[in-house]
Amino acid sequence: MKSGSSVHVHLPSELGYEKVAMSTAASMAALMGFSKDRIEDLKTAVAEACINAIEHGNHLNNSLSVGVVLSSSDDQLEVKVIDDGAGINAKPSIPDIDRKVHGEEDPRGMGMFLIQALVDEAEWHQGPPGKSFVRLVIKLDKENQ
Amino acid sequence: MQVTTKVEQRTAISASGHPVGVLAFSGDIASTSKDAILAAWHALDGASSRVLLDFTGVDYINSSGIAIIIQMLLEASKPGGRSIAIFGLSPHFQKVFTMVGINKYAALHTNEAAALASL
Repeated sequence: MKSGSSVHVHLPSELGYEKVAMSTAASMAALMGFSKDRIEDLKTAVAEACINAIEHGNHLNNSLSVGVVLSSSDDQLEVKVIDDGAGINAKPSIPDIDRKVHGEEDPRGMGMFLIQALVDEAEWHQGPPGKSFVRLVIKLDKENQ
Repeated sequence: MQVTTKVEQRTAISASGHPVGVLAFSGDIASTSKDAILAAWHALDGASSRVLLDFTGVDYINSSGIAIIIQMLLEASKPGGRSIAIFGLSPHFQKVFTMVGINKYAALHTNEAAALASL
C-alpha cells in the first residue's frame, strides 16, 4: 500500500456502526503489515473511540455523523475519530475492579482506559462542534517489542 | 444495528462432581446484550452455585459488554453468591479481561475441561 494514503469514513451516530470503522481500520492495518495481535488491539481501541463519539460526543443524535480518518505513513497508522461534542479533558483513569465488583464504582467507564492501553499513542482534543477528536496511533516499529 | 446476543443454558458436571450452570454466549457482547445476559443469569437454578461462562461463539466484546460481565461478578460476590469461571475467549479478549482485572474474580481458561476442573 502506498505510504501517505488516507481513508475517510462517516458513521451514523448509532451504536453498532463502530464495527464499520473497526473493520476499515483492521483492513488498512493488515495492508500495512501489522500483526494479527496488533490489529486486534487497534480494533478494540477504534471501536471504543467510536462508541464514545456516538454516545457522549453526538449523544446518539442520528442527524450527526462521526468522522473517522485513517492515515498511513511509512511507520505508523493514525486514526482520528471526530464528533460534534465538546471533547474530553479528563485523563483516562485505571479501572478499579475491586470497587466495581463491590458496587462502589460504575461497572462501565473503561473505554478510555482500554484505548490508551491498547495503542502506542492516544490523545484527546477539545474543540468546537465537529472539531473535537481522539487521535490514536499504532507504530510498525513496535511490532517486535 | 448490533448483532443479537444469544444465550444458551445447560448443565455440566465439575471435576469434583458438582453441577455447574453453563451460559454459552454467541453474537456480540455489547450494551444491547444486557437484558438477554442478565435474564439468563437470573434464570439459573438457585442451586447453581458454580457457573461457567462460555465465550466460544463471541467475536465482539466492547466495554459496555464487559460492564455486564462485571455486573454478574458483583451479584456473584454477595453472600451466598456463585463461583464463576470463564472459557472460550480469544487471546485478545483474554488480554483485555486481564487488563481490567476480571481474572481476579473469575478464572480464565482456554477450554471447558480446564474450566470444569477449577470449579
